[in-house]
Amino acid sequence: MRVLAALSGGVDSAVAAARAVDAGHDVVGVHMALSRNRDQFRTGSRGCCSIEDAGDARRAADVLGIPYYVWDLSERFEQTVVADFVAEYEAGRTPNPCVRCNEHIKFEALLDKGVALGFDAVCTGHYARIETGADGRRELHRARDAAKDQSYVLAVMGPERLARAMFPLGDAASKDDVRAEAAARGLGVSAKPDSYDICFVADGDTQGFLRERLGSRPGDVVDVDGVVVGAHDGAYAFTVGQRKGLGIDRPAADGRPRYVLDVRPSSNTVVVGAAELLTVRGLRGERAVWFGSLGRDEGAGDARDEDHAWTACRVQVRAHGAPVAARARVVAGPDGPGSGVEVALDEPLRGVAPGQSVVLYDGTRVLGQATVAASVR
Amino acid sequence: MDCASRSLDSGVVTTVPRPARPAREVYLDHAATTPMHPDALEAMVEVLRRTGNPSSLHGPGRAARRVVEESREQLGALLDARPSEVVLTGGGTEADNLAVKGIFWSRTAQDPARRRVLVSAVEHHAVLDPAAWLAEAEGAEVVLLPVDAAGRLRLDALEAELAEHGATTALVSVMWANNEIGTVQPITEVVELAHRYGVPVHADAVQAVGHLPVSFASSGLDAMTFSGHKLGGPVGVGALVARRDLGLVPVLHGGGQERSVRSGTVDTAAARALTVALDRALAELPAEAVRLAGLRDALVAGARAAVEGAVLRGPEPGGSGDAHDLDGAVRLPGNAHLTFAGCEGDSLLYLLDSRGIACSTGSACQAGVPQASHVLLACGVDPDEARGALRFSFGRTSTDADVAAVLSALPEVVERARAAGPASR
Repeated sequence: MRVLAALSGGVDSAVAAARAVDAGHDVVGVHMALSRNRDQFRTGSRGCCSIEDAGDARRAADVLGIPYYVWDLSERFEQTVVADFVAEYEAGRTPNPCVRCNEHIKFEALLDKGVALGFDAVCTGHYARIETGADGRRELHRARDAAKDQSYVLAVMGPERLARAMFPLGDAASKDDVRAEAAARGLGVSAKPDSYDICFVADGDTQGFLRERLGSRPGDVVDVDGVVVGAHDGAYAFTVGQRKGLGIDRPAADGRPRYVLDVRPSSNTVVVGAAELLTVRGLRGERAVWFGSLGRDEGAGDARDEDHAWTACRVQVRAHGAPVAARARVVAGPDGPGSGVEVALDEPLRGVAPGQSVVLYDGTRVLGQATVAASVR
Repeated sequence: MDCASRSLDSGVVTTVPRPARPAREVYLDHAATTPMHPDALEAMVEVLRRTGNPSSLHGPGRAARRVVEESREQLGALLDARPSEVVLTGGGTEADNLAVKGIFWSRTAQDPARRRVLVSAVEHHAVLDPAAWLAEAEGAEVVLLPVDAAGRLRLDALEAELAEHGATTALVSVMWANNEIGTVQPITEVVELAHRYGVPVHADAVQAVGHLPVSFASSGLDAMTFSGHKLGGPVGVGALVARRDLGLVPVLHGGGQERSVRSGTVDTAAARALTVALDRALAELPAEAVRLAGLRDALVAGARAAVEGAVLRGPEPGGSGDAHDLDGAVRLPGNAHLTFAGCEGDSLLYLLDSRGIACSTGSACQAGVPQASHVLLACGVDPDEARGALRFSFGRTSTDADVAAVLSALPEVVERARAAGPASR
């Protein structure tokens, strides 16, 4: 196959590309330039946006003996990932930009351009496995190394795009193994630190980034009875479940810590209250993406929500959160029949922020994913 | 391996034949760097085997010095300059920096009012960036002189600029021939105008020397840059040919080599190889220019016929007459620059590279990200169209088969690149 290997300049994507070369594919490396004004050097733990990272990617391609290109996807990244990030916070939700990047950039902009240019697949350094099910369909599974598993942020691509994806690190035993493999292959990036912050937010200062884009919007912090207990400089900077930096000037009557329960952009208020009020017993998701039978058979047609059966599964609501037992059913969503999901949690969760992804699993297999629209308390 | 392609939407597997990589590489990027002439390579290796710093007073030093000075004399003779006017440098960029900064510093020292630097808008970054640096760090006023649609300097704009600000202008720098679109500039007219106001003129002749007849003396230029690896010599050597009374202020200070204008041990082997390469290039030039112009014209005509929306950028060559009348050439014989509307230059580049064809988008990139060409923008080309640019540049090893290979690949390549198009931006 002709394989387009996304090279970030980090160790994972370099080893993934190397494994694709070993597998006999015709591999071309591409580094995505996602920011117009890139830093000269990598600073801290931010992703792959510096010119130094582009140089590391080029060097990895040289070591592997594959062609290397830089594709400028910065405009598309700004229009989709960054714009969505700001708009979601502004709407009182908590977005996951890595999910949006996989959705719009890696497995859309990059993949579509690659396919148009004659490539068969996009190879990345993500930790997830792709398997073929009994019905011949491609399935997305958790990585062998549960600690590195990234199926949560990949589920958004859906089955059609999964058919064009290649994750050679899905079977890696651990990140240490991947680093050792990189060193053995002579890849100079073997000891490069992991990236975990949001790549386009400098110094991990999300609030500062949002303030720069959205400006100051003073409003009230209220309790569940609507009593004003404090002031804020912009409701967009708060996340459900947040405890610190609430700007409350007097303690609660019961003296217990208070958490953000709700962010209401319409009234520019932040609602706070006691921890137990964060308890979530169910979720409603929209923009659902289905793998396999769940969406295909039961999401079609104009069946009413009640017609859909509940399926036992495990759900994960955070990138590194533990999955919990639940029952889920396909429902109608804003995008039509089958575009929503209703989740009843067997065990309650605490503080699920709208805007985050909920991913449904059957064992290691991804059943589907949706964006949390509301939680049921 | 068998290459299968799975359709994204239908799940149907279809087999798409892959273009086989050709047995021979098609190298059409001679303006980036061109193979060393075998004679130059041989001369270089021969000198490299010997030890001796040309500044040393002992026997080995004297032997090296003799090679350097003989080379300098030969270079002067080949370019119609005095040997003492040839300042050897570490390449074209260094020579351009020395010219732009050195002349500016010299002129402002003589007359602090002369702070204006006039450069054409289509200069190479080796001229544009030193000028921009002078503006930022040394208080220069840099004026970008406009060009016409073919990239030719607007002499009326230069004249108007000099008429108004001649007394406060430090220098004019206009390239002999453009590296992207091959436009040959009216150097004689530029010199005549500038000298009327007592303003010295530098020309970056990196793309011209060895490819067009160049006489430093009859051009009237005060300084002129050329580079080894664009004419069959090695990378890392070039020269600034500069009138002695110019009073160049050095950029590099140190041991005082090259009459204290350019310190640093002179690279004897490179000087020798540069000289041999220029000698061979000029010997072959009359016939070679006609041959390359023929290849260029065949590629341009073929591309226009085969690909809708293929537009030649830069001046229309005057048929074969353009090559025969080299003194009046409007375009570099070996330069074909085309834009393909609706394509990204990097897509075109990849698709041709994967078919074994090496060419260039012609413009600079930043860490591999192609930037819209400042040359095309200065010519008034629409920014979207400027993105789909390809420069094919011919040289000594180019053949009809290279043209045929490009023309056979181009229609499919452009079609694919259009499909991948700017939509993914």
